[in-house]
Amino acid sequence: MDQTVQLGPLTLKNPVITASGTFGYGLEFMRYGDLTALGAICLKGISLAPREGNPTPRIAETPCGMLNAIGLQNVGVKKFLAEKLPYIPPGTTLIANLYAQTPEDFGELAAIFAAQERVAALEVNISCPNVREGGVQFGQDPAMAARVTSAVKKRAGSKPVMVKLSPNVTDVTVIARAAVDAGADMLSLINTLSGMSVDIRTRRSRLANIVGGLSGPAVKPVALRMVHQVTRAVQVPVIGMGGITSAEDVLEFILVGAHAVQVGTFNFMRPDNAFRLVEEVRTLAESLGISSWDEYRGTLRA
Amino acid sequence: MNTTQTPCRELQVLSCRPGTEPTLVDLVLSPPGWTCRAGQFVMIRPLDWGSELVWPRPFSVCDVSDAGLRIFFQVVGRGTRKLAGLQPGQKVAVWGPLGRWFRIDENRPNLILAGGVGIAPFVMLARREKTDNLSMLFGHRLDLCHYPYAEIADRIESEAMRQTTAADIAAFETVLSGRIKTLSGIGQVLACGPEPMLKVVRRYCLMHGTEGQISLENRMACGVGACLGCVGRTVTGEYVQSCVHGPVFDVRDIDLGE
Ligand SMILES: Cc1cc2nc3c(=O)[nH]c(=O)nc-3n(C[C@H](O)[C@H](O)[C@H](O)COP(=O)(O)OP(=O)(O)OC[C@H]3O[C@@H](n4cnc5c(N)ncnc54)[C@H](O)[C@@H]3O)c2cc1C
Ligand SMILES: Cc1cc2nc3c(=O)[nH]c(=O)nc-3n(C[C@H](O)[C@H](O)[C@H](O)COP(=O)(O)O)c2cc1C
Ligand code: FES
Repeated sequence: MDQTVQLGPLTLKNPVITASGTFGYGLEFMRYGDLTALGAICLKGISLAPREGNPTPRIAETPCGMLNAIGLQNVGVKKFLAEKLPYIPPGTTLIANLYAQTPEDFGELAAIFAAQERVAALEVNISCPNVREGGVQFGQDPAMAARVTSAVKKRAGSKPVMVKLSPNVTDVTVIARAAVDAGADMLSLINTLSGMSVDIRTRRSRLANIVGGLSGPAVKPVALRMVHQVTRAVQVPVIGMGGITSAEDVLEFILVGAHAVQVGTFNFMRPDNAFRLVEEVRTLAESLGISSWDEYRGTLRA
Repeated sequence: MNTTQTPCRELQVLSCRPGTEPTLVDLVLSPPGWTCRAGQFVMIRPLDWGSELVWPRPFSVCDVSDAGLRIFFQVVGRGTRKLAGLQPGQKVAVWGPLGRWFRIDENRPNLILAGGVGIAPFVMLARREKTDNLSMLFGHRLDLCHYPYAEIADRIESEAMRQTTAADIAAFETVLSGRIKTLSGIGQVLACGPEPMLKVVRRYCLMHGTEGQISLENRMACGVGACLGCVGRTVTGEYVQSCVHGPVFDVRDIDLGE
């Protein structure tokens, strides 16, 4: 079966994308598999200036998942372009994940990446629950989501723009429509669910930031429901994620309407998981007699 | 039977032996096909873990040879409890060797300061290093026979101090301080153990101007530099990943938040 997925102007070799913040700059995983075999890599969130991130502890394991409050630690766009990008193997499909605190800065970042031949698309993070400004503030307000989307879109040149949505909202379709109306070429969801974990003996939160974002298998039913809702509310391609750890999970997201998927926490469970998943998805799709993703996508029965 | 030749291998459990003290476990896995330096670590996740515990667990390489990959660990929570129940033949995903190691200076005295299961990485070191310039001070809570102490003491000059009371801990600290002071300007310490011990080691190293290396135990989700969860803070205020820039750090570089 041909694994190719068409996301508007962007062609992916297969539907498996690694999620931002869980796959570094790709370089960290080069020893564990062939980066060019992946559908794409969403790079760790990048901001204009370097960010040091939140105090520690920043991560906590929870049943079937984990909380993180990394706070978007990153080297900044300048250093990324000079010291990371050149070392990512040619032929790797790269999606830059953008984070900024104002629509203007989002536009600034978009312009920088628009000029990068190696970057195939832009993912706009308006859904990080672990930063004080920007982040989920933008993702919870349809007007702000629209402003950020159009600021990015204006400066993105020919690069397709994917807006990443937060599950921490009352009605995800409202934000989804706002982003699409403002020009988003596609949507990705879900980012992490706001959560907490505390230690009754020390009487402290397990995270220095007190709250963090939940990811991993625990969030999959929520993610699947939201992807289902959004694919019915908008016409653009939707990239589903949240708790995927198997080929079955990938097909579940495609069945409810996703064009492709991202895998996050799964990369921590074993560093070669994403590479193995590409093969497992192919095998499973073939064993189910699926002839193309277009044929299978969104065919959930009423 | 490895399907790939990446540093992520599926190894078989050869033996998993809790001793007469059930909280201390000696785990031997089939030879991984690589070797490493003392202080480097591996990430471990049994293939049958399902999704309840999503993270692998980090452990120092206690020893590695044709006989296998040996891990010496303490049962402290859900993950280590499950690992202690591993049966011969079960498969475990292991990736490594990871991180930076203890650097021995053969021309000067090197004093190992090990606390509890922090003794693990030094088994390999004592077996391999021929230097007479290596000695160990070991602080422990449980009976000495439960730790691989004798294996090390057979090869290098070693002293053990048991700590069961607050007075024992104070006595250990006094000896620690004295030893660290003696090495000022002429040698270095290599420390691995619980964080309170590392803080004490760091304090005396700085106080006496003694060089030292300490191995940090920070929570790790990936072990490969991707999650940014394991960071330690440097004295210049930056966060650095302990899985790639550590776990062994120069004692002067890292801020333990004392
Ligand atoms: C580089 C490195 C080398 C290590 N080497 C050894 C060794 O040789 N022998 C040994 O007994 N232990 C070692 N540890 C500590 C060991 O990883 C933890 O004891 C173990 O992860 C606890 O898991 P748990 O599920 O039983 O505990 P829980 O308390 O249930 O764990 C909850 C979460 O916190 C993490 N965690 C808890 N305690 C620690 C800790 N001290 N360090 C890091 N993460 C922790 C766990 O990985 C888990 O994800 C090492 C840790 C690191 C970082
Ligand atoms: C440690 C960690 C760091 C993350 N960093 C980012 C980030 O920088 N930008 C972003 O858009 N999402 C980030 N995410 C969210 C993931 O990309 C993904 O949306 C989420 O983890 C849900 O997918 P999963 O359940 O497969 O992990 C991060 C997640 C984790 C666990
Ligand atoms: S453990 Fe993930 S970055 Fe170090």
